[in-house]
Amino acid sequence: MELVVALAIGVLAGSGIWLLLRPRTFQVIIGLSLVSYAVNLFIFGMGRLRVGAPPVLNPDTPDVSAYADPTPQALVLTAIVIGFAMTALFLVVILAARGLTRTDHVDGREGGS
Amino acid sequence: MPDDALFLISIIALPFLGSFIAALLPTNARNAEAWLAGLVSVGVVAIAISFRPVLAAGNVVRAEYAWLPEFGLNFILRLDGLAWSFVVLIGGIGFLVVLYARYYMSPADPAPRFFAFLLAFMGAMLGIVVSGNLIQLVVFWELTSIFSFLLISYWNHNQTARDGARVALTVTAAGGLCLLAAMLLLGRIVGSFDLETVLTSGPRIVSHPLYLTMLILFALGVLTKSAQFPFHFWLPRAMVAPTPVSAYLHSATMVKAGVFLLARFWPAMAGHEYWFWIFAPIGVATLLIGAFMALFQQDLKGLLAYSTISHLGLITLLLGLGSPLAAVAAIFHIMNHATFKASLFMAAGIIDHEAGTRDVRRLGGLYRAMPITALLATVAAAAMAGVPLLNGFLSKEMFFAETIESHVDTVLDKALPYIATIAGVFSVAYSLRLIHQVFFGPPAKDLPRQPHDPVLWMLLPVALLVLICLLVGILPGPTIGNFLAMAVHATLGPQTPTYSLAVWHGFTPALFMSGVAMIGGVALYFALQRYLSGDVEGVPILGALKGKRLFERALVFLSWRWARELEQNAGTTRLQPQMRLLVCVTIAAALWSLFSRPGSLDFTWPSSADPAFVLVWLVGGICAVAAAYQAKYHRLVSLILTGGAGLATCITFAWLSAPDLALTQLLVEIVTTVLILLGLRWLPKRIEGLDPDMTPKARLRRVRDLLIAVAGGAGLAALSYTVLTWPIGNSIASNFLERAYTEGGGRNVVNVILVDFRGFDTFGEIAVLAIASITVFSLLRRFRPARDSIELPAQKSFQNRFDADRYTGGKDPLSAHYMIVPGLIMRLLFPVIAMTAAFLFMRGHDLPGGGFVAGLTLAIAFILQYMAGGTRWAEARLRVLPARWMGFGLLAAAATGAGAWFFGRPFLTSAFAYADIPILGKVPMASALFFDLGVFSVVVGATVLILIALAHQALRVQRVSSDAAAAPPTEGSR
Repeated sequence: MELVVALAIGVLAGSGIWLLLRPRTFQVIIGLSLVSYAVNLFIFGMGRLRVGAPPVLNPDTPDVSAYADPTPQALVLTAIVIGFAMTALFLVVILAARGLTRTDHVDGREGGS
Repeated sequence: MPDDALFLISIIALPFLGSFIAALLPTNARNAEAWLAGLVSVGVVAIAISFRPVLAAGNVVRAEYAWLPEFGLNFILRLDGLAWSFVVLIGGIGFLVVLYARYYMSPADPAPRFFAFLLAFMGAMLGIVVSGNLIQLVVFWELTSIFSFLLISYWNHNQTARDGARVALTVTAAGGLCLLAAMLLLGRIVGSFDLETVLTSGPRIVSHPLYLTMLILFALGVLTKSAQFPFHFWLPRAMVAPTPVSAYLHSATMVKAGVFLLARFWPAMAGHEYWFWIFAPIGVATLLIGAFMALFQQDLKGLLAYSTISHLGLITLLLGLGSPLAAVAAIFHIMNHATFKASLFMAAGIIDHEAGTRDVRRLGGLYRAMPITALLATVAAAAMAGVPLLNGFLSKEMFFAETIESHVDTVLDKALPYIATIAGVFSVAYSLRLIHQVFFGPPAKDLPRQPHDPVLWMLLPVALLVLICLLVGILPGPTIGNFLAMAVHATLGPQTPTYSLAVWHGFTPALFMSGVAMIGGVALYFALQRYLSGDVEGVPILGALKGKRLFERALVFLSWRWARELEQNAGTTRLQPQMRLLVCVTIAAALWSLFSRPGSLDFTWPSSADPAFVLVWLVGGICAVAAAYQAKYHRLVSLILTGGAGLATCITFAWLSAPDLALTQLLVEIVTTVLILLGLRWLPKRIEGLDPDMTPKARLRRVRDLLIAVAGGAGLAALSYTVLTWPIGNSIASNFLERAYTEGGGRNVVNVILVDFRGFDTFGEIAVLAIASITVFSLLRRFRPARDSIELPAQKSFQNRFDADRYTGGKDPLSAHYMIVPGLIMRLLFPVIAMTAAFLFMRGHDLPGGGFVAGLTLAIAFILQYMAGGTRWAEARLRVLPARWMGFGLLAAAATGAGAWFFGRPFLTSAFAYADIPILGKVPMASALFFDLGVFSVVVGATVLILIALAHQALRVQRVSSDAAAAPPTEGSR
């Protein structure tokens, strides 16, 4: 389980980093999405992986060790929502930049690559 | 003694308080300002006088307040004899300057600014002298730099005033930073920042290996402030300040702060040759250069400025000699210089004020027009020259006597008597020139104004100071003796030497030197008189020594040329290199922390994994890589593939016990996809194969980026695996889990954390969400799409042409039947989805759900209506006011938080109870529910606002393009 999640994080982050280094704005926005998946999974993993132990309290099981760690989950939940706001803002910025500069290059002008 | 502490703090507090009040008075309240400032100065002096009996007995008054106790720093006020004499000088001369300024400043000058700065400066200066803590001292030190900057640039409409102030600030504040470093080192050497401790640890300081470093930094701070060569150039340029400011800053305060510090730390630091080798040569150089240059100044204030530099050099030299007797002479000369220089500056101001010029060559014979001023200035100048029966004579005699003594056996030491005599010659010459050319000789003819003696109140401060010069000069023992003894004893302690203040010491070598200086000075002046009255500008020989120009060149290099070169060579405005650097640094940082930590990482073999889960990520991974591969030419494909990777993430959350995350991720995934779909149309066409072939260089770049990406991904995978297989230690999880139900009233711990335990974070987060959406909205209001994306897409124009061919008249075009079945379903689904949102919201506290998820769900319901019927149809039937949703949400969240105040609890404390609602049964009603309602409302508003703003662009552009079609030639009509 752990290995699969770790490899998933690696693949997502690798693809995301590749896109972050590309010259076109759309590539960068997709790259940011992929990197944020990777980072969210990574933060989520800080609470370790548990199957079938959601942090929803059940009066029959008072033992707190029977539940998954809710702290990283709360962190990631807010991260997902903020990530959405950031994506929206970034999208609008690249659209406005494209309107103003007539190019979708990240530098606002056609560069070498 | 609490009274003592109160009085002591008043010494600093009074001026600052007065400054604050002065700033608030009306612009023309000159009299009120002067009264206020005068009373403050008198108050300071009165407090000082009340402490005299205590201090005369050799005691020190101290008051201590906790400041940063965790660093061992206290706010300490410490008044001893030396500080006392400075307090009296600062307060007393401050009072006279205020009186003088009341009549000097024109009614057109804004009085509040002047008096507020002057009082604040006074407070900062007093702060330096009564500080008992090294760091606190530096704070006040820098404050004097700042306020002197504001005072020098008082006439800020004047370019030279601004320049002069800037130079003064740059030099003295930079020195102040050196001083701060020196004080930190000193505190480290001594082990305490308490001045008391520092003063008694002389031997320890001097023998410490850091002594020299500390001393050099200390010297930089002191020498810049006291305008010592080669930092002297700021002082003459500060002469653009109003004359009362010059009289204050360059006689009793500002420049004296440097020599005060030298005297203050003399017992702690002077016991080493280094002290002599730093301060004595610089003192000598400044003494000579200042005196020489003063003689050739044509500006009255310039002459006084250079003479001030020269006298400060003399004091620095005396303190630098390292002998107790020289220190006594230095302290004595500090007092004397303050009195005669302040009165001379004021006299120069009167001449400028009455005659309209300060050019020595244009003035002449003024004693007929202004006899009282002439008399007073003559006496003060005589004191400066060191004429017997005046105070300047006494300290100068002590100086001469001290130069003859042997200190450090070197050439410099042997040459000192001759150097001192030469400096004396120049000092007599420039003093004589000042008096002779201004007040005597043929009367000036073409003066801008008809000169006459000023009002009595303007002369009074000068007269008082001159009277002090006379009294001290004739009867030194009864007048200054006690005060000097107090200051000297406080400075030198057990090292206090026996000294004599008598006017007549018999025929000593010092008297002989004085005589030589007198005769030589008079001869020098008359020899040079013709030359000086001519059209000479600048100083012979030393004229090329322009500290100012060096300073400016250094500034240009530091702040512009080097900075620009550095930026050109090491900086970039391009994003890609920056991103590359960022990623590489991150990878390097991770590797570094891996290798710098000893101990091996245990690799645990992977446990078995569910094949279905492996399959999910096989698909998810392929989606991610393919999305990266397609993002350049196939944006839609790439977006869908990203969604695939997002779904895999979502399934992972669900699988691994995070139902809330899975829900949120799913909904955000939908909203993000819709959002980017809306944006796709505004991006340029990019068709594979049409782009030019890649150069080998570009290929190389891609290989390098690929390597970086692989390294980053592999590194993060390794890091994740390590962390995931690491046994978990104690975390706050159990704390949250235990308290969620008992204190938060909810079973869904994630939700309880969000709306209760960490409610303040969530409050900040929804505020960020609202701000982001408003930013999106305002950016889009000014959105101008690129020209090639204004036309309708090819498919749509084809459809329109097709419709126009076949359907004419009243029949609906085919596009009206577009997506008719899904559209109907979407419309019908609206109440269902809205109900689902309500359901998710209500159960959020106990089961997966909550404000974020419910808000996103409702937003999707709205978006579906837009998609089903188009923007116009949807807005004709359903008006969403996103700003109100957001406003309500923020207010609801804040009000819930503030509600806790009414129960005497901190912000956002939640309370809960169970309510019986018919049909639904027992429902938990935590106050957090209202908070969650706020979250819900903000999420709905923000999401809908973002999506609608983007959707509206299509409408606007249709308008633009139809207008453009109606009137094609006029470009940019909109």
